[in-house]
Amino acid sequence: MSAALLQAFSMVFEPYTILVMVLASLYGLFVGAVPGLSATMAVALLVPVTFFMPPIPAIAAMVTATAMAIFSGDIPGCLLRIPGTPASAAYTDEAFAMTRKGMAETALGAGLVFSAVGGLFGTVVLIVAAPALADFALNFSSFEYFWLVLLGLTCAVFITSDRPLKGMVTLLLGLLVACVGLGNPAGFPRFTFGNAEMTGGIGMIPMMIGMFAVSEVIRFAVDTLPPGEIVVEKVGRVLSGQWALAKKYPVQILRGSVLGTAVGALPGAGADIAAWMSYAMSKKFSKEPEKFGTGHVEGIVESGSANNSALAGAWIPALVFGIPGDSITAIVIGVLYMKNLNPGPTLFTTNPQNIYAVFMLFIIANIIMVPLGILCIKVAKRILRVPRNVLMPLILLFCIVGSFAINNSLFDVGVMLVAGIVAYLLEENGFPIAPAILGVVLGGMLEENFITSMIKSGGNLAGFVSRPIAASLAAVVVLVWLAPLLRKLWVRGRRTASSTAA
Amino acid sequence: MKFNDAVFGLILLVLGALVLAVVRSYPGIPGQQVGPALFPGLIAIGLCICGFMLLVKGWRERHAAPWMRLGGWTASPRHVLAAALVIGAVLFYIFASERLGFLPTAAISLLALMLAMRVRPGRAVLIALIASLLIHAAFYKLLRVPLPWGVLTPIAW
Repeated sequence: MSAALLQAFSMVFEPYTILVMVLASLYGLFVGAVPGLSATMAVALLVPVTFFMPPIPAIAAMVTATAMAIFSGDIPGCLLRIPGTPASAAYTDEAFAMTRKGMAETALGAGLVFSAVGGLFGTVVLIVAAPALADFALNFSSFEYFWLVLLGLTCAVFITSDRPLKGMVTLLLGLLVACVGLGNPAGFPRFTFGNAEMTGGIGMIPMMIGMFAVSEVIRFAVDTLPPGEIVVEKVGRVLSGQWALAKKYPVQILRGSVLGTAVGALPGAGADIAAWMSYAMSKKFSKEPEKFGTGHVEGIVESGSANNSALAGAWIPALVFGIPGDSITAIVIGVLYMKNLNPGPTLFTTNPQNIYAVFMLFIIANIIMVPLGILCIKVAKRILRVPRNVLMPLILLFCIVGSFAINNSLFDVGVMLVAGIVAYLLEENGFPIAPAILGVVLGGMLEENFITSMIKSGGNLAGFVSRPIAASLAAVVVLVWLAPLLRKLWVRGRRTASSTAA
Repeated sequence: MKFNDAVFGLILLVLGALVLAVVRSYPGIPGQQVGPALFPGLIAIGLCICGFMLLVKGWRERHAAPWMRLGGWTASPRHVLAAALVIGAVLFYIFASERLGFLPTAAISLLALMLAMRVRPGRAVLIALIASLLIHAAFYKLLRVPLPWGVLTPIAW
């Protein structure tokens, strides 16, 4: 173990990796702080560049860029009332109300400090839980994996979206895209229409660049709203008063971090859902709920720590089972495969140094977030003034080159464009995108485990529930499927009960 | 651009039916009950079910939700042009970059987009040129992505 730790240490503290981390941090802070660019987009645009790096710096770039972007999304939320990333949307109004009261420093400082605290908490859970889970997962067969993947997809549809039917549609579309090409257990070319490029399947990276970045560029092009005004003139000492806040709200910080990590670990739910849930929870359990919405820091402390802890949480299922916790880890899994670091429990036994390195990267990223974040807040006014009408065309060009760079193929550029237009139209019409991504990433795994299990059990479906863990997972899946129905029945039951009582 | 759910429902029904039709021709694997058609077939059935449910839902809401509602941007020529150029720029790259080369294609696309998004002309020209050169240098020289030279092949560096 110590040899692996030492090896990890030398990989992480290599000058090249450190340089990559610093650059990725600045990039992440910038992308997060520009409204309209999300953390997921930051990672999607990073992939073509990380493609040319060794594995550890590549992961370092993605980990640091996302952590920074999720924090810096708070900056325009606080100063312009436009959340930089969806993960900051939950408390944007609150932070802006604080800015109007002249408390922008406290709001931004709380966002920064408790983001780092939450991120570190999530990392500790990742360090403790992932290896233990991996140990457990080593006994899993195709039956357990089948149910696990199905559970992940089910959660993405039923738990994390308020429109299960529409989530189901995007999930199925994602699964269908995953069917394209030769990559199926039968090795039969499906939906290729005789096109040589299609036999390799639809490239995941160009698709994600399209869905997360090109769709944003389209959204900007058709956005008719005028840009927001910056309220604050000067932001000075952001750290002052944070220690007092930490002493005042320890329960909130812990609760936000725990909830964030748990939500992050749930497939399909990411930092944005963690932030919303945790803000609601903070208000519900607060001693002074009437202050929420008027510029009260409590909710920012709690949901600020939740959204960053969700990032580390999302890596738990990603590393242990290869099941992404959010759309960012969905991209990361694609990169891990490209780097021959196939996620799964064996990663912990065969390449422990890589796992340790990932843990260290998380710790470092959350620590350097504080000084770099202060720097970012200081120059926030300049970043916010970067004209987006210059930035968006540049991002589009970057998307084109990035999609092309993965396979040097113009076909992939076409895939990117189609994915971008489809994602834009779907989102406009209330279809969530995350299930589609999960479908694409997990489709192959779902089919493979399904077919393997069918062959093993000789086509007998009872085989899917004959092992205890598989049966329990199956029960959970069925329960989640039935949850909307049960909720409806419960609500109806309560309504009849109250009407008879009246 | 918002559509009534029934429109999506119909599209999904057609898509599901098409997939089912295509997978029927897929061969079975000797000695196995499950072949390459099973998984996409199940997905197609799912799409048909969801499509039907959306169709019903949209039909019920047809008085509240029109079949199609255009966004406010469609009334503004500037925004329509910008949206068309975003898509047009990618298509232009796909069809012209090999012959024209990366640098001219990128510079032209950037310039057109920035002008449509109301960047001042002088500034737009300058940024389009510098950014094309920088992105080219980063990907072609540093990351060794074979970006095409096209008409600039004689002076390739």
